[in-house]
Amino acid sequence: MSIIYALLFLLLAPVAGGLIAGIDRRITARMQGRVGPPILQAFYDLGKLFEKEKVVVTNSQNFYVLCYLVFIALSGALFFGGGDILLVIFAFTLAHVFLVLGAYASNSPYSHVGAERELIQLMACEPIIILAAVGMYMVTKSFYVADIAASNIPLIVFLPGLFAGFLYILTMKLRKSPFDLSTSHHAHQELVKGVTTEFSGPTLGCIEIAHWYEAIFLLGFVYLFFSWSPVIAVIAIIIIYVFEILIDNTFARVKWPLALKSSWLVTAVLGILNLAALYIIGGFLK
Amino acid sequence: MTYLSKSPWLLHYNASSCNGCDIEILACLTPMYDVERFGIINTGNPKHADIFVVTGSINEENKDVLVNLYEQIPDPKVVVAIGICAASGGVFRECYNVMGGIDKLIPVDVYVPGCAARPESIIDGIVKSLGILEEKRTAMVKGIPVKPEMNTAVREAGTE
Repeated sequence: MSIIYALLFLLLAPVAGGLIAGIDRRITARMQGRVGPPILQAFYDLGKLFEKEKVVVTNSQNFYVLCYLVFIALSGALFFGGGDILLVIFAFTLAHVFLVLGAYASNSPYSHVGAERELIQLMACEPIIILAAVGMYMVTKSFYVADIAASNIPLIVFLPGLFAGFLYILTMKLRKSPFDLSTSHHAHQELVKGVTTEFSGPTLGCIEIAHWYEAIFLLGFVYLFFSWSPVIAVIAIIIIYVFEILIDNTFARVKWPLALKSSWLVTAVLGILNLAALYIIGGFLK
Repeated sequence: MTYLSKSPWLLHYNASSCNGCDIEILACLTPMYDVERFGIINTGNPKHADIFVVTGSINEENKDVLVNLYEQIPDPKVVVAIGICAASGGVFRECYNVMGGIDKLIPVDVYVPGCAARPESIIDGIVKSLGILEEKRTAMVKGIPVKPEMNTAVREAGTE
């Protein structure tokens, strides 16, 4: 059964991710008083990228981008297959390290600045993701996604702080303003294009597919917090995504020190307090 | 029809334009005209671009930049010259420092006249260039070389 879920993820996540990207662009346009592109625009873009000439700056960048795509898909497949959430998180981090290596592979200064910022974003995101996994373990007594999803405990009630912290870094992971430091969906002239500066055509297309996988995986992570009731979970995911789009359109980008400090502060306060509260409650319950 | 014409990404380069045409290009992105309806994105990266949109005439200072940007755009690509300066140098063509229109350096596919070119005519020019982009794509698939020869004589000799 878990294999089927993993395969379904591998097949359907790019479709769903591309659709979400299209709807995202449409809602963004409406928020700005524009008509916006067609819903399928993300797929047109992808098709276009694979029709372009393959320009390679250094051969190693192809390998790194392939690894980025494979490890993102792998971490998502492990997640939806009900695997160990810690393994999922480490595979997910490794995928981003490959993207950073790919950006460092060329000598472009813009690509390097993007890579440095991507590393900073990784540093900002990792603690809260791992703490969220620890929190889920403390409540459900399992690190396996299948067990966490199957437990009838409403995780959101026990982990509100960790959930808020996760929402905070979700903005970063979805590459949305105010934390779209390393590369961005909207600011097309900013830092040229950050980590993706030196990638073009089919290589950029692979990064785009990986990003769609990533978005679905992250929304799956949000689902875990509401997994006792799938209906509420889906509604929560929709509300959260629209909220992310709203934040994206109403906030200017912050500088990287603020992004890093604030996310660590949120992690330290909300995450640690939540875990401490769980520990104390757990002691009483025994 | 391929996906190319559904998702053309522009690279805009201001080669010593007076900013009149540039403002009109930006006007195309505003809610009034909203070219993102057609999937058009104004990108800042030549490696992601399909259409090279140039305003203004060329001179000694920017001729290398223009050629560099053109060469960084992956095939198939088209060049759209916006405004009379990009087409011929316009009122500045007799100036001692102006070399003329951008077609002295790179092959231009569509000329959009005007001083400044109106947003409607810019969009018209871009849409016209999409057809040429498709033709170039077809040629690329068939293996016919799409790289037109560049005017290297002017590049090396400098101002005429």
